[in-house]
Amino acid sequence: MKKSLIFGVLAVAGLSAGAAAAATLDDVKARGKLNCGVTTGLVGFAAPDANGDWQGFDVAICRAVAAAVLGDQNAVEFVPTTGKTRFTALSSGEIDLLARNTTWTFSRDVDLKFEFVGVNYYDGQGFMVPKALGVSSAKDLDGATICVQTGTTTELNLADYFRKNNISYEPVPIETNAEGNQQYLAGACDAYTTDMSGLASTRATFETPGDHILLPEIISKEPLAPLVRHGDSEWGDVARWTLNALIAAEEMGITSANIGDLSAQAGDAPEVNRLLGTEGNLGEMLGLSADWAKNAIMAGGNYGEIFEKNIGEASPIGLARGLNAQWTDGGLLYSPPFR
Amino acid sequence: MSTITDPDKGGFRVSQLLSDTRYRAITFQVIALFLLVAAFYYLGNNLVQNLRAAGLNFSYGFLDEAAGYDVGQSLIPYTSQSSNWQAAKVGILNTLLVAVLGCFTATILGVTAGVLRLSKNWIVSRLMAVYVEAFRNVPVLIWILIIYAIMTVSLPAPNAFRGDDPASTMLLGMFAFTNRGIYIPAPVFNPGSMVVVGVFIASIIAMFAYRAYAKKLLFDTGKLLPTGWPSLAILLVPALLVFFILGRPIGLDIPVLSGFNFGGGIKIGAPLIALWFALSIYTGAFIAENVRAGIQAVSEGQTEAAAALGLRPRRIMNLVVLPQAMRVIIPPLISQYLNLTKNSSLAIAVGYADITATLGGITLNQTGRAIECVLLLMLFYLTISLAISAIMNVYNNSVKLKER
Repeated sequence: MKKSLIFGVLAVAGLSAGAAAAATLDDVKARGKLNCGVTTGLVGFAAPDANGDWQGFDVAICRAVAAAVLGDQNAVEFVPTTGKTRFTALSSGEIDLLARNTTWTFSRDVDLKFEFVGVNYYDGQGFMVPKALGVSSAKDLDGATICVQTGTTTELNLADYFRKNNISYEPVPIETNAEGNQQYLAGACDAYTTDMSGLASTRATFETPGDHILLPEIISKEPLAPLVRHGDSEWGDVARWTLNALIAAEEMGITSANIGDLSAQAGDAPEVNRLLGTEGNLGEMLGLSADWAKNAIMAGGNYGEIFEKNIGEASPIGLARGLNAQWTDGGLLYSPPFR
Repeated sequence: MSTITDPDKGGFRVSQLLSDTRYRAITFQVIALFLLVAAFYYLGNNLVQNLRAAGLNFSYGFLDEAAGYDVGQSLIPYTSQSSNWQAAKVGILNTLLVAVLGCFTATILGVTAGVLRLSKNWIVSRLMAVYVEAFRNVPVLIWILIIYAIMTVSLPAPNAFRGDDPASTMLLGMFAFTNRGIYIPAPVFNPGSMVVVGVFIASIIAMFAYRAYAKKLLFDTGKLLPTGWPSLAILLVPALLVFFILGRPIGLDIPVLSGFNFGGGIKIGAPLIALWFALSIYTGAFIAENVRAGIQAVSEGQTEAAAALGLRPRRIMNLVVLPQAMRVIIPPLISQYLNLTKNSSLAIAVGYADITATLGGITLNQTGRAIECVLLLMLFYLTISLAISAIMNVYNNSVKLKER
């Protein structure tokens, strides 16, 4: 009798375990906090400042989503992840959103079952070498020792590039960007390879950035995109349209300076009204409040403001907009309409 | 104890399973087994269902696919187009390499430090105490990182050897110590070299035969032959003679600076050195304590009796104390070898391409097959741990107290 009871309990527990449904939006609302995966520290993209507050371009995405969902840009728990731990953290539910300059690739989208919600930075992989090395092209790197972050697309592109050009190299696998810095500066590797934005960010932290050059070759396309788990389309929509709202806001000229006036009452631009919730019910469709986009944009400004503040030409990172300009300015940023 | 129970010949009743001491123990074991099986079934079922809910499947097909990444150090041919399975084999061999090197060095260090810690010389025994306590009480990961950091920061980069007036020079013109590793000359086997190698192998066998003969002579007749210099002579003289008679068939490939790194010779990478040294000195400190315990377990009377026979301290240690201490030392030594092998998985901290770094790191990450990779890793570590244990137990049986 007792034995059959135990087996009964086990059987029921076994059946119910598989049926746990994914409703991340409800979880986040109930928790009152967004768990957001970021890098362990890459200045300009995600790094804690002197006060311990996380700052950066990827961090701004986390804050915007938190503001859209919970109305509070500070309701974010930042979870530092490495190139190796990030996907496990996301698929196991430890984080709700991964905003960690992660490249959107076929196998990650299809085979690993993730959902990329749109590109927030169009990047490409490059090389940094000390000026003293006298190298002016990546093709001159035959036989060089190269530091590369392990578990990244960078590692695969590097192998492909050298194989294609029929030259050899020796990889030094490293775990974090900080470790890569240290190895590179100590001369344990001749060159450091990662995304161009990451190289620029890293070089900005050096004492003498002028002693290091970025080689002209860009050996891959690296569309960096925030991602969520596959199979929870409602949550995917929230993240996707928050990112789109930031991009659209720049295109429509909504900034953190004028958003107060624009959202106070419906103006004469219908799409601005729909975005800011003074007209229509887009927020309700997402399961959020009517002022979700307003909150998201107020968190750190529109896409352009976030870019300029964290990684733009006026910042220490000093990246040009390049491909990341609005489509109206010849770039690739293009938000689907809010309609 | 049930001493006067009447054997119940009147058939078996179900209630006896609990009430009768003859069956009770078995009943509980069977129940425990059922519960265990049920627990594993539950966990496995849970995994399968959750995987299915997430749309993932369980497959080892990825092992045949191209790995796509390069590794720094490989004992077998490997390119980025090799399969993930080949990458795993590279990792396995690298793990075994560092484990063998580590166990060897740790044993030498440990036995030396353990014996010296019991030295009557105050400074020597205190120094060994400091070594043992310092290394035993700081995590091995920290030691790996410290040694690696010291290597990369303090040693010069290869380009310091460049130019007419280089900042660094090679030791003896053959050895280059750089922050990427140590470059040493590699032997080049020209025609005729196999004869030299053959003679050398024969010399090794002859040396062991001589030592066995000396031991037998000592035990049979009490006559003591010298073993030190004759062993060395048997080992080296014939091989050297043949080497020069045949006109030096074995040459040296000296590393030369070419391009960004040294070319030629053999490179012992900085990650391997850091891992090997750290594991050796860390595990050596534990082995030293085992050796000390073993020696102290041998009764003082044995030493005194040997001394009364007129043996010198070194002979007392080698002939009387250590052989008896061995049976106390060997069992914990097996555990230390296992620990060292398993600790080699910390290789990833310094970028050494062991099995945890290739199969359990990059392959896992690039394919996303976490469960499959981790299961394989567990199987691998289990296999080599059991193998080490088995081999060492055979040795233990050969040195343990012979009971007749």
